[in-house]
Amino acid sequence: MLIDGHEPVQQQVSTIPKGFNPDHLKVYYGKLFPHADIFKWMSYGNDGKHPGCDLSYFGRREFSFTLENDIYLRFQSFNSATELEHAIREKCPFKIDIGPVYSVDPAKRHAYAQGGDNVFTPMERELIFDIDMSDYDDVRYCCSGADVCLDCWPLMTVAIKVMDRALRDDFGFDHILWVYSGRRGVHCWVCDRRARRLTNEQRAAVADYFRVYKGSENNAKKVSLTGPVLHPFLARSYTDVLEVFFEKKLLCGQQLFSTQEKYEKILAIIPDESTAAELHDRWQGNRRSSIPKGDPNIVRWEQLKHTLQSGKHKGQGLRRCIEEIVFSYTYPRLDMEVSKHMNHLLKAPFCVHPKTGRVCVPIDPDHCEDFDPTAVPALSEVSSLKTVET
Amino acid sequence: MEIVRSQRKTSDSAAAAPTISLYRSAPNIEVRLDDFELFAIDRLRVLKGISDGLSRGKKPEEMEKLVSELWRTNMRLQEQSETMEKDVISHFVLRLVYCRTFFVFSEDQRKWFLSMETALFRYRFRFESPDSQNVKDKLNQVARSIGQPVVNADAIFFKVPFEEVAELVSNRRVFLFKGYAYVAMNQVVSLVATQFRSLLSKALVLTNRKWTSTIREQEKDRLTPIVEALSTSYLGPDYSQAKEFGEVSLKDIEQLANSSFPLCMRHLFEKLREEHHLKHGGRMQLGLFLKVGSERFDKEYAYSIRHNYGKEGKRTDYTPYSCQKIISSTPGVGDHHGCPYRHFSEENLRAALGKMGVGGRTMDDVMDKVRNRHYQLACTLTFESIHASSCDAGINHPNQYFTDSQKVLKTKVTIFKLLDI
Repeated sequence: MLIDGHEPVQQQVSTIPKGFNPDHLKVYYGKLFPHADIFKWMSYGNDGKHPGCDLSYFGRREFSFTLENDIYLRFQSFNSATELEHAIREKCPFKIDIGPVYSVDPAKRHAYAQGGDNVFTPMERELIFDIDMSDYDDVRYCCSGADVCLDCWPLMTVAIKVMDRALRDDFGFDHILWVYSGRRGVHCWVCDRRARRLTNEQRAAVADYFRVYKGSENNAKKVSLTGPVLHPFLARSYTDVLEVFFEKKLLCGQQLFSTQEKYEKILAIIPDESTAAELHDRWQGNRRSSIPKGDPNIVRWEQLKHTLQSGKHKGQGLRRCIEEIVFSYTYPRLDMEVSKHMNHLLKAPFCVHPKTGRVCVPIDPDHCEDFDPTAVPALSEVSSLKTVET
Repeated sequence: MEIVRSQRKTSDSAAAAPTISLYRSAPNIEVRLDDFELFAIDRLRVLKGISDGLSRGKKPEEMEKLVSELWRTNMRLQEQSETMEKDVISHFVLRLVYCRTFFVFSEDQRKWFLSMETALFRYRFRFESPDSQNVKDKLNQVARSIGQPVVNADAIFFKVPFEEVAELVSNRRVFLFKGYAYVAMNQVVSLVATQFRSLLSKALVLTNRKWTSTIREQEKDRLTPIVEALSTSYLGPDYSQAKEFGEVSLKDIEQLANSSFPLCMRHLFEKLREEHHLKHGGRMQLGLFLKVGSERFDKEYAYSIRHNYGKEGKRTDYTPYSCQKIISSTPGVGDHHGCPYRHFSEENLRAALGKMGVGGRTMDDVMDKVRNRHYQLACTLTFESIHASSCDAGINHPNQYFTDSQKVLKTKVTIFKLLDI
């Protein structure tokens, strides 16, 4: 594997304390952080060089800094790339969050409030999505919580594929940025003008369009697909991405049927108790005589599919159940609240994650399967590399 | 004023008055002071009825029947023109009442009004719309008249930017392609209802501004008292101010959780103690319900709790969630909030109820209500079983559950004392 090849390099670097270090952060902000690019992006052409541009645009954008010891500085605003850069270099924030563009300069919101009529309210905001690996804890057995590894990361890859395709094909968006969140997930910024101007209700509608997973901790059945056929979006996601990923990757990667505890979780999704019991008995009493050759995960999945599709259980509900299992285990799980409200903050790309020290680098959705979260440059590496060079 | 007029001009007179207003501008008519108030109360009855129906999980057909019934009993007057006037007047009075949200009410109540008015509009629009067979016939006629093949009614659709039909997008009831939604004829009501809602929402903001700047002062001896009274007249007590049982300490909470918390809060509280953590949805639901600064809570969720009190952030005093809001919430992975009667699996619900001491027949009755999606009735049954006391009003609010429970328990204590037990 690739990681083996990298190991010597990592050992060299590890003489410097790994992870996060305020001194490194200073170097990073001073030499590497793309201040000018962020300014150019967030200006959306309102930079004074185009006719008819809105010069106040960038200055109405909220930035929020998290300093050492969890000190929050909210409602920061800047009028130029230089101002932004100076503030970042001076304050050296552990985390930079980006909020909406408000009706008035957020730093002066109190002054405007005196006037009475000038309501301080969000006007524009990228449509954002946050997908977090810790929300997948019930379907991955390699890690849990904040940890990720190459066995579970593909769940994120699948999420990117499903979402990116739908955002482009269904919603017609073009300007989409995917970013590694620095530890255990991905962020998505949809920047089209049309996306930035969506109301909260419309954002909620888009988020709900993507929502399939409804499980809370207190219900075994997390996905419920109704209707005789799937919606075109779900059908396409299923045949193009989810089904293949489930069968070719997740099934064996996470050993979904390898132990009783694991397969019981899958059987719990089947609404017909006798069918579930039948499969359960078969697998539990799996004596040598009846063991077919091959990987037990694949064999049992095929058995399950066969049983649910067989003439004996013709009920449409059971057939749909195969799809429900695949959706439960693979379909993107979004943090809905993040997407629904204009004034939700989201960590800026190219920040450094304060716990892992990894840089929040963009991910190319067209090559997202090549992305390796364990190979993302860490602060200690990038800052030292650059100092050596200069 | 713009009127959406149905095509159905002829037909029986029973279905007369096929008119719905979009209420674009206030009518220029004189209103008797009595009617000002009475019409508004009648309309509130309709809205409250719709709200109750929805929270009991009534199916669309049942809702249609219910709304039609509510409208007939509360709003219908002898003359069609009178009904129309009453409709418009009552709507605008309630606009005055609910625009004031930011001051007296919580944001939620303005949303409630917006949602219920839109629901009402939607059902009325449906009654008044020509049925699809009719349209199909007409369209076939048109098609034949210009020498085109007969169109199938299912094939009629509208192409609109997806933002215009947000609601249909959220339910995946449209086909989306490159930013456009393709809407089938029978979904068109959503198009109009969205428009209605957004117009009303904007109008409420404007009305509010007018109310605070001029009307309130000008009308302080005449309309202002009526409007202010209306805001509390029908929706039950306002739990945002509830302080009846004073400050409660952490020790007391544990005991109160066992005796007087509804299941939704009991569950959250247990999870909090077990895991020392709740996700945002749970913190809000429980934190607003408690409204107490127990030390542990304060320490661990200082920001969240102070936020809930309105001391931080937007500094608005959040109102505790009602049953309706809790039932309609959508708990996700790792979440424990929501209404257990709705969001738990049957197995988990049975276990939880068992722990509360519900069993036997009552358990079956509760599960029966749950299966029929009467979650509040299920909670009411649980209350009655645990407290061995009836609850005629039904449970509409977790804080009401608590208050009622405390009332019952305190009475019992008094009786025991009297009997010297």
